[in-house]
Parts: sequence; C-alpha cells; structure tokens
Amino acid sequence: MSGYVRRAWMVAWKDVLSERRSKESLNALVFFSLLLLFVFQFALGPERTRVEAALPGLLWLAFILSGLLAFGRAFLIERENDCWEGLVLSPGDKSAIYLGKLAGNLLVMLVVEVVLLVLFAVFFALDFTPALPALAAVLALGTLGLAAVGTLFGAITAQVRAREVLLPVLLLPAVVPVLLASVSATQTALSGQPLAEAAQWLKLLAAADLVYLVVGVLTFEFVLEG
Amino acid sequence: MAARALGWLAVLALIAGLGAAFGYAPREVVQGNVRRIMCLLLPGVLTALLAFAVVFVGRVGYVLTEGQVWDRLALAAAEPGVLFTGITIVSGSIWGKPTWGTWWTWDARLTSTAVLFLVYVGYLLLRGMVDDPDRRARVAAVVGILGAANIPIVHFSVKWWRALHQPSTILGPEPSPIAAPIAATLLVNWIAFTLLFAYLLAARMQIARLEDTHAG
Repeated sequence: MSGYVRRAWMVAWKDVLSERRSKESLNALVFFSLLLLFVFQFALGPERTRVEAALPGLLWLAFILSGLLAFGRAFLIERENDCWEGLVLSPGDKSAIYLGKLAGNLLVMLVVEVVLLVLFAVFFALDFTPALPALAAVLALGTLGLAAVGTLFGAITAQVRAREVLLPVLLLPAVVPVLLASVSATQTALSGQPLAEAAQWLKLLAAADLVYLVVGVLTFEFVLEG
Repeated sequence: MAARALGWLAVLALIAGLGAAFGYAPREVVQGNVRRIMCLLLPGVLTALLAFAVVFVGRVGYVLTEGQVWDRLALAAAEPGVLFTGITIVSGSIWGKPTWGTWWTWDARLTSTAVLFLVYVGYLLLRGMVDDPDRRARVAAVVGILGAANIPIVHFSVKWWRALHQPSTILGPEPSPIAAPIAATLLVNWIAFTLLFAYLLAARMQIARLEDTHAG
C-alpha cells in the first residue's frame, strides 16, 4: 500500500514541480479568471443586487470554466516528449497515476478558486470572511467532484481528435449534480445560514464524490492503455 | 433472418399501437386529443431507459471480458436510446405547448431527461472521434459506466433543485387513475416500441460486426 501511495505522490509531485518551474498553466488560469470577472461584470451590468443574487452561480461558473482548461492540460502535457509511454510503462497499479493527477488538479483548482474569491471580493466589494469556514467546506467537496470526473475525462480526451470540444461536451452534463449541489450549498453558506441547512446537498456531494472516485480508480487502467 | 422477422413484428405492433391510440383510446375530457401524444411519450421514455440499461450491461461486460461483442451491444443500444430520448423530449414538448402553455419548462423530470440525452449524445460524439476500435471501446466503456452510475445522482439532484426552488409544482393536479382503454393502448405501444428497439439493436449489432470484420 505504501508503494501505491508513493507512486501517486510521485505523479502529483512531478506535476507540481514542472508547474512551479514552467508556470504555464497557473499563470494563464489566473489571468483567465480575471477576464471572466470582466465578462461577468459586462454581462450583468453595474447593479450590485444582480451580482449578489447571481454570486453562487457566477463563482461556480468561473470555477468550472477554469477547471475545463486545467483538466484538459493535465494529460496533454504528457503527450509531449512521449511522457505518455513512460506513464503506461511505469510498474504497479495504474490507478495510482489517476490519484496523483487528481491531486495535482485539485491543488491547481484550489489555488485558482482562492484567487477568484479574492478577485470577486475586490472587484465586487464583497466580504467573504464570515462565510469562509462554510465556504471552504463546500469548495473542497465540490472541487473534488469536478476534479474526479475532470481528471478521468481529461485523460480520455487527451488521446482523441477534437479534444478541446469533447472535454466540455462530456464533462458538463456529467457534473450537473455537482454544480446544482455546490451552487445551492454556496448560497446557504454566503447567506450566513448554518451549513446544516444545506446538509442534504452536502450529503449528495459527498456521495457523488465517492461514486466518481470509485469509478475513476476502477476504470483508469482502461483509459491509459488505449 | 431473425432480425428481419423482428422488424416486421415491430411494424405490425406499431400499426396496432397507432390504431389503438387513435381508434380505441377515448378522447380525454380535459386535454382532448392532445392526450394521445402520451401513447408516444410514455413508451418512448420507457424504451430509452431500457436502452441505457443495455448500454450499461454492455459496458460492464466489456470491462470484465474485453470481448468486442459487448462493445457492439453497448453501441447498438446507445444510438436507439438517444433516438427514443429525443422522441420523448420532442413529443413532450409538443404535448406541453397546448397543455402547460409552454414548449419547455425546467421541471425536474424534463431536466433530468434532457441531461440524460446530453450525456449519451456526448458518448456517441466521443465514439465518433476515436478511430482505433480497441481504444474506442475502452474509452467508451469508461464514459458509459460513469454516465450510468451518474443517473441516480442526476435524478436526485435535479429533483431537489426543483423542490427547493419552487415548492408548488406547475404540473397541475395529480393525474387521475388511468382508464383501462388508455392503459391497454399504452401497453400495446410500449410493446411495439420495445420490439422496434430490439430490431434496431439487432440490426445495428449486425452492421457493427460487418464494419469490424471489413476494417480489421
């Protein structure tokens, strides 16, 4: 088991290291988030009430759009220099690679989400601090669900034609439950109500996360060998 | 040969279903003739669910055995499944316009059917993008299994989403217990649709087998 964890850790560590040195994805993602903010502002107009009413949806829209870019890239970088073959040839259970990639994606997504929250707070003059603990719990659960499916589908689309179009087409309908649950729970968290009000949604999120993780771990070997 | 017999059987059953829907089933008092669309809608959605269950069986079968026949079964079921879901959505829309006064509403059942439709359209799109049959079967298996495992989660999330936003349903009063002639008509149509699905499944599997043998 320790070998399994170590292999997953190596994959995640390799991705974080290459990202830290190249800063290819994260720089672009942060800039993309800033652009999204402008797009939202232009779409909704200057009225504050409209922004506040739509805030939970806007946040998750921004997360998922950034996620689409991040998940697509995670396996695309393995196509360069035949790294893919290296991954396929690595010994042991292939699902460790899935978990490693998932950890890398989660980290990138969480960084982007924190940046987005700060940007929203600054540009729309919002105060997230009272809702922060509840918000953190919702973000963690929701992002895990997004990333679990996104990592699996990212690995699939990395090896097919028209991958840029296919990833959103596959991912968006699949994560409808994650989106509905996360947006509702975020709404509860932001309105200052105790998170117990959204317990139903959090349970659904946890169940969805578990199902996606299990499917990912069990089927990943199929994706990689193709 | 068996497939052809199945096809003719489906044609006969469809004609009988059509006859029953227009000749035998009485005109509904409140909704009038519009109600007859139900003879298309209900069998359509039941057949679509059957088709997606077959897709799931094919996918799991492929993952366990890696036999190409399972992949062909899943493909052959997915295409009619999307077709029947499409029939359900379109006929529901046509029924909804005179009954609810709108083509589309974000009602729980409509929304989850639409999400199901989108999931399987994506699945078929993915299949079209991979040339190597072996790789195609593998990636389709993963997407198909996740899609099927997701169906209950989608169902509950959409249901709660509607329930939390809008407690009173716009669907109007509960449907009254179905009268016997209407139930019989629905049954005939359901059998007809299932036969049609079985025929399409058999024919599509045959085509897929021919494609595979000629390509490889």
